Amino acid sequence: MIYRENGQFKTSYRADQQIFPILQDRAFIALLLAFAFLAVPALASDYLFQAVLLPFVILSLAALGVNILVGYCGQISLGSGAFMAVGAYMAYSAFVRIDGMPLVAAMLIGGSCATLVGIAFGIPSLRVKGLYLAVATLAAQFFCDWVFLRVGWFTKHSSSGTVSVAHLEVLNWRVDTPTEKYLFCLAFLAVFGLMAKNLVRSSIGREWMAIRDMDVAAAVIGIRPMYAKLSAFAVSSFIIGVAGALWGFVYLGSWEPAAFSIDRSFQLLFMVIIGGLGSVMGSFFGAAFIVVLPIALDHFLSGLGALSGMHISTALVAHVQSMVFGGLIVWFLIVEPHGLAKLWSVGKQKLRIWPFPH
Amino acid sequence: MLNCINGVYQPQEGRITFRGQTFSHMNSRQVAEMGVARTFQNLALFKGMSVLDNLMSGRNLKIRSNLLLQALRIGPAEREEIRHREAVERIIDFLEIQAWRKTPVGQLPYGLQKRVDLGRALAMEPQVLLLDEPMAGMNVEEKQDMCRFILDVNDEFGTTIVLIEHDMGVVMDISDRVVVLDYGKKIGDGAPDEVRSNPEVIKAYLGTSH
Amino acid sequence: MAFFLETLLGGLMAGMLYSLVALGFVLIFKASGVFNFAQGAMVLFAALAMARFAEWFPAWTGITHPVFANVAAFLIAGGVMFAVAWIVERLVLRHLVNQEGATLLMATLGIAYFLEGLGQTLFGSDIYKIDVGMPKDPIFAFESWFQGGVLLNQEDLIAAGIAAVLVALLSLFFQKTGTGRALRAVADDHQAAQSIGIPLGRIWVIVWCVAGVVALVAGMIWGSKLGVQFSLATVALRALPVVILGGLTSVPGAIIGGLIIGVGEKLSEVYLGPFVGGGIEIWFAYVLALVFLLFRPQGLFGEKIIDRV
Repeated sequence: MIYRENGQFKTSYRADQQIFPILQDRAFIALLLAFAFLAVPALASDYLFQAVLLPFVILSLAALGVNILVGYCGQISLGSGAFMAVGAYMAYSAFVRIDGMPLVAAMLIGGSCATLVGIAFGIPSLRVKGLYLAVATLAAQFFCDWVFLRVGWFTKHSSSGTVSVAHLEVLNWRVDTPTEKYLFCLAFLAVFGLMAKNLVRSSIGREWMAIRDMDVAAAVIGIRPMYAKLSAFAVSSFIIGVAGALWGFVYLGSWEPAAFSIDRSFQLLFMVIIGGLGSVMGSFFGAAFIVVLPIALDHFLSGLGALSGMHISTALVAHVQSMVFGGLIVWFLIVEPHGLAKLWSVGKQKLRIWPFPH
Repeated sequence: MLNCINGVYQPQEGRITFRGQTFSHMNSRQVAEMGVARTFQNLALFKGMSVLDNLMSGRNLKIRSNLLLQALRIGPAEREEIRHREAVERIIDFLEIQAWRKTPVGQLPYGLQKRVDLGRALAMEPQVLLLDEPMAGMNVEEKQDMCRFILDVNDEFGTTIVLIEHDMGVVMDISDRVVVLDYGKKIGDGAPDEVRSNPEVIKAYLGTSH
Repeated sequence: MAFFLETLLGGLMAGMLYSLVALGFVLIFKASGVFNFAQGAMVLFAALAMARFAEWFPAWTGITHPVFANVAAFLIAGGVMFAVAWIVERLVLRHLVNQEGATLLMATLGIAYFLEGLGQTLFGSDIYKIDVGMPKDPIFAFESWFQGGVLLNQEDLIAAGIAAVLVALLSLFFQKTGTGRALRAVADDHQAAQSIGIPLGRIWVIVWCVAGVVALVAGMIWGSKLGVQFSLATVALRALPVVILGGLTSVPGAIIGGLIIGVGEKLSEVYLGPFVGGGIEIWFAYVLALVFLLFRPQGLFGEKIIDRV
């Protein structure tokens, strides 16, 4: 009853093609953005920022990049961690080696380097797909793991293998407190999110989806598979690279290659599967889910332990988390392969015809 | 054979001649740019996209804006998108599929999917349209509809149509010229009446009495 | 020269271990078209089961004779793997019939995470020993040709022998038996196989059971050599390039691929490593596989991949 399109007629193609054609959706998004930018900083505690909000924002961005490659273009990639690493380390190099390099520019440079690496490791996608492509991207992952560990140039020959950054500021605004960090990352997410949404609803997005659905037919109607696949790798790794730079600079402060290992790649892939392949909103849902789940599980298990008098070790919590993740992945793939995003849109569908059943 | 023309297969021997130019093998993009479009026997539609998106994907050849402009969706990119949307809407009107614009194609009945396949090929504004058994699996009414569309395409847009079809009634009724292949060999080529009375064609396709 | 030979032979032996894990991959792919990302987790799970049951069996039954304990542990662990195979088929595979490869791959990824968590919850996450009585002393071979002889690991030799036997048995199984034929049909096309009456469910349980036993053997040998710990699951990730090299559908390919990767890794580490800072073992196998993918995706012995329009 509340969520109806009744009476909302579109008289121009422009109006029909906008991102949120339904008025109620536009209102909801406006409210959500206001809440995210204004209310959250005022209400959230430091712990909430550090443990939940900051990882959520940055990993959503990374998941968005992964979704473009895996969800929209159908190219399986297990090397996202490597792309994050490239973004982080190259942004670091730009930031510390060039005097007066602005923070945002350094991050974009990191992203651009990640783009180049992404295109290079995307070349196998022109020959193989599916599992074979997954193996090729794993090669990228392990190779980058090694490069950032052994090749001293990237870490400025630091003896401990870790690098760190400090004194982050944008146009004379310090990015120090959790609130400032959150807003900084949120700004990136908002801008990139909008651009990604624009891309997937334009002709390049249709090219990606065509390649995903049936690449031979796509070639016949004049789509160049090479351009489509490599552009997907390029855009995706750019976004993931910037997310990696944000992760290192803003969230971690100081990091080592292990922060971007294969576990990170799997984590991003899980976010995209659970959230919904081929959906911008799905990336956010998936990231939220994966960020919140360990915390929720932790509380649940300690509560359980307190109730039953058993001592639950942190190792056990980690194992149970593995089991829950694995189980959820399988469950989602069987029950709702299109993830949380599909559940959301089904829910909205039901809301449209509420209180009628169909 | 159609797959060779569209560059999906590479022929081992023989030549392809189009508008005075001869090729030993084709490149898919090149063929599309030369104005050759096709439909598929097994409906190679993009199942994950809506009808509108499927048709718009046929316009890809003609879209010029680059990645950055599309990401920002300002001025030229937006206008171009709308221009192509208008072209596609004309095709939607022509094929009478307005009601299913936003439906994912996977959910449509077979006959409608065939129409979307035709629409996607038409969206390329081709000079030659290769139709690979468009009537397969259709009942009489659906066949009549499809025939009407095919004839209209030929009339209104002036497109040359190459139709692969096994239904003799359809072939003889709507064709200007018929070519008959038997196990890969050409056994007939001419006006429908000529071909209909060709003894080899009769033996291979129409049947003789014993 | 003797050092080169030692490195070479060491590489061959290491390669054999990879091949054992790769065999499991090939089996499941050959028989169901599913790429089992969970093979590594299965190796870990099986090894953990065997290690712990070998400890618990004497405690439960009072029989402390090591051979008895080990054999019993092996059989129980085998039974556990059968149960795992049955559960995986029932709860996961049955519901994903005829889904595309990417979905199944991600499902096995989920299974991998689940098994890793479950294994460590049930059996603990310390490092455990498997002691099947394999001789740990090295032997010195070819003493007449090289001064001092070439150092060979007896354990590795036995592992190589076991792997060879396994391969022979499996090849026979696939080529000569009716079940083997049915498995190959299923790998080609689930729906078609189902429609001619092949009992998909039962076939898959059989295959995953066999793969489970292969995982158990691999886990036993790896565990005896390195100790049973979590890193076993990731070491199995190095077996992926082996199947790419050898071909996903080829049992002998898994062996040859394993040997090549094993030798390649060792040789490159020893001879190339010092120039580039060392530690190239982590990516050598994958980059080699990458190169193969660009020029010969079906591997050395696999079937050519055909895409129909």
